[in-house]
Amino acid sequence: MKQMFERIQKKYHYAMVVFKELVKTDFKLRYQGSFLGVVWSALKPLMLFAVMYVVFVKFLKFTDGTPTFPISLLCGTSLWGFFSEATSMSMHSIVDRGDLLRKVHFPNYIVVASTTMGSMISLGINLAVVILFGFFAHAQYTWRILLVPFSIIQLYAVTLGFALILATMFVYFRDIAQIWEVVLQALFYATPIIYPISMVQNNPEFSWAAGFLMLSPTSQAIMDIRHNLLSPQYVPTVWDIVHNPLVCLIPYLLSAVILGVGIMVFRKYSAKFAEVL
Amino acid sequence: MASKETAKKEDDRPVVLSVQHVAKSFRLPTEQATGLKMAFLNWTKGVSGFTEQKVLRDISFEVKQGDFFGIVGRNGSGKSTLLKIISGIYVPDKGTVTVNGKLVSFIELGVGFNPELTGRENVYLNGALLGFTREEIDAMYDDIVDFAELGDFMDQKLKNYSSGMQVRLAFSVAIKAQGDILVLDEVLAVGDEAFQRKCDNFFTKVKKDSKKTVILVTHSMDAVKRYCNNAILIKDGMIIASGDKDKVADQYTLENIRVDQKHSKPKKNEHPEGLNDRVPVFRITPVSQTVANCSDPFLFDIEYQYDGDDGYIAIAMNDIKRGGIPYDSGQKNLHVKAGHHVLHMSMPLKLFNNGEFRLVGSFRIPNKTDEKRTDMIAYTNDDNSLVFAVRDPSNTRDYALLNDSEMKMTIQGYDK
Repeated sequence: MKQMFERIQKKYHYAMVVFKELVKTDFKLRYQGSFLGVVWSALKPLMLFAVMYVVFVKFLKFTDGTPTFPISLLCGTSLWGFFSEATSMSMHSIVDRGDLLRKVHFPNYIVVASTTMGSMISLGINLAVVILFGFFAHAQYTWRILLVPFSIIQLYAVTLGFALILATMFVYFRDIAQIWEVVLQALFYATPIIYPISMVQNNPEFSWAAGFLMLSPTSQAIMDIRHNLLSPQYVPTVWDIVHNPLVCLIPYLLSAVILGVGIMVFRKYSAKFAEVL
Repeated sequence: MASKETAKKEDDRPVVLSVQHVAKSFRLPTEQATGLKMAFLNWTKGVSGFTEQKVLRDISFEVKQGDFFGIVGRNGSGKSTLLKIISGIYVPDKGTVTVNGKLVSFIELGVGFNPELTGRENVYLNGALLGFTREEIDAMYDDIVDFAELGDFMDQKLKNYSSGMQVRLAFSVAIKAQGDILVLDEVLAVGDEAFQRKCDNFFTKVKKDSKKTVILVTHSMDAVKRYCNNAILIKDGMIIASGDKDKVADQYTLENIRVDQKHSKPKKNEHPEGLNDRVPVFRITPVSQTVANCSDPFLFDIEYQYDGDDGYIAIAMNDIKRGGIPYDSGQKNLHVKAGHHVLHMSMPLKLFNNGEFRLVGSFRIPNKTDEKRTDMIAYTNDDNSLVFAVRDPSNTRDYALLNDSEMKMTIQGYDK
């Protein structure tokens, strides 16, 4: 029994060592050769935000009129950026690290985990920028900020779940890369980031759709984070839009299910990765 | 007596690696199925899209602590697959692999080396992938750098290293890694001569260390003979020889010679090259072991079919390594009866030093105009000839053909 415990401890210890080294290496190499380096992590979402702000908020008037909408948009882009970057990069990660997997034996989920963790670091930097900007953009910081980490963990779980599934599928079917690109785009528009959810709610033809949109785990998590971090007053959550509390639990459960399926699928197929690659 | 004692001692050592009945096959795609379209088409057509290739059939062996264990075999024999199974990279279809202790495996040198990182960072990354924590690498870092002789370059990016320097660094990580079992695949013979000598010293030292176990996959028979104490030879996914390294190494040499011959196989006619309607069967086959010692005569059979009269067989003995024909039986010395027969032949070997030889036969009939001469009407092609090796512990200097016991130069006297 004690021996088994020690063995498990040793196994995870090894996984942690590799995990740390890979995250470190990835991060070091990410902005290799660029002048601004890590600053890009913060600069890129800011620039994207600027574009969206001008196009959607100023020209197309996609706004609910609340003072926090711009900062909420910035926060949303950062969070979505994390999700889309982490899933797309993880999808390629197993194949990209193929030379490694074919020559060293190490728990290969580390490859996916370290890639998502790399995006997580960027997200951390972005959120710091968001919080900083929030002071000048009417953000209402309350005790609810304490709830944000839970939502971020949830978002990470969903991301990791998708990442594991995609990475596994990409080993066998490279077509998934094209498909996922389209799915990501669709999901992006299905998530109330560039438009306020109230726009859907107030549309007499599509008001029913608002509830559906909020039930996707990514929408729910992103809205929860914005609600708790920036403005409990102006940013609605799934609980405000869907009134059946049981139905409201769906996105949370779905997050757990996605992660579970991801782990299961990955475990089933990962033993053969070295042979297939 | 001494060898018996060591043999007894060996039995007490714990088994650190046990491979039991391992089998592995790969599915090779007949049509590339890495796309949804192909997968769908194959599925609709009911094509599986794969052919099964058995790489390892039934491999069992044990490695004990302190062994320097060699795995040899030709390209494609399955030895790298076996190594990957031992290392845990592949999962065997059948059988089990049990490892006791920390196994550090080098399928390739410098796995995970990144040209954009410095030498130091690469050592840590490489080390982590091999299962070492930062502290453990800290402890062996100086050793690694010393061994690689790259002290001044460790903070340079790897892309600025020469290829020799990269290999040296990778190799140093490999052999300085403090594992219990070291698995090395074809990594000898890197670097310049001085570095080679260093590696040689290292291996000699490891060989004496009874705590360290090394498993070495190699083509170099010199390395096997020099370092290993045990070895296995793999062919077509089976172990065809195991145990004493010299025996295995010699067997491997023979395997390779045999393959050399097969390469020159002619197109399929009714008769193989060298044979024809008049002599449809003519081959030389061994009776003795094809790895022979000097003291016993070498026995072999000649099978032939010839229905005319007055047939002769001539046998030439080729020296494969040194070249030349040390012996030829002569055109008219072996007169043979007509019909389908097998001749039992014997030949002494005590003259020879170690070497590889080939017996080639020719079938002859008398020349009509010149009585002394004969005309060749058939000969044994590479498949029908016989290859054997002489290996005798009493032979020392293998570059010469004749050995000391049969051939000796003596001083007869001085001029004054």
